[in-house]
Amino acid sequence: MLTCKKATHLMSAGLDRPLGPGERLRLRLHLIFCRGCRAFRNQIGWLRNISRGFVGRDDGPD
Amino acid sequence: MSAAELIADFRPQMIKFARLQLHDDAAGEDVVQEAIEAALAGIDRFAGRSALKTWLFTILRHKIIDSLRERGRTVQISSLERDEEALDETLDGLFNASEHWRPDTRPRPWADPHAALEQRQFWLVFETCLEVLPARTARVFMMREFLGLETDEICATLSLTTSHCHVILHRARAGLRQCLTNGWFGAEPASC
Repeated sequence: MLTCKKATHLMSAGLDRPLGPGERLRLRLHLIFCRGCRAFRNQIGWLRNISRGFVGRDDGPD
Repeated sequence: MSAAELIADFRPQMIKFARLQLHDDAAGEDVVQEAIEAALAGIDRFAGRSALKTWLFTILRHKIIDSLRERGRTVQISSLERDEEALDETLDGLFNASEHWRPDTRPRPWADPHAALEQRQFWLVFETCLEVLPARTARVFMMREFLGLETDEICATLSLTTSHCHVILHRARAGLRQCLTNGWFGAEPASC
């Protein structure tokens, strides 16, 4: 069974490269049972989305 | 305002920052010039003033590190590397000995993250969280998520191995997540 720490590394790697079939399976199994890692996954995905938006923001002078 | 005008606007702040770090006026102006030239590569994609400023200062910090390294000021270099180690230790501390979340640090869903985007204060927290990341960690994250560069491209540019790049990106995401949890969304203890 994947540890939470290893799962966080896989979830991050999944944003940068395609995960292998074994990695995907182990991660999916882990996420079924781990609420904390599900929250982590949503949050780093959200960070990606808002970072893209941050670049286009124009909030005027500081 | 065009990107060039914005850069001109930030230049005095950058010079002040560089002089403070390097204790050398001429060297300070040199690194600012180098940083501006290096930053120009991706500059067209920065429409937002805050994003541009954060990007410029991240590059500048890198140039300052390079300059310090050339001058053999190893003390500062090792302290910057310690930054990365210190963040890794903090992030490792979220897990127990068997590498599962500790009950008090287990991530919980953030309350209404979409509403946060509408609040100027949230973006200040976000910027601050980026600024407190170790310089290289922040730079790799911004190259990946602000500029949308592929990981291979980033690794090649910074002469890093692919696995090191992944380690840095993970550190950046986990560090930002933790910083936003503490700084904006509140850290309530989890119950499961």
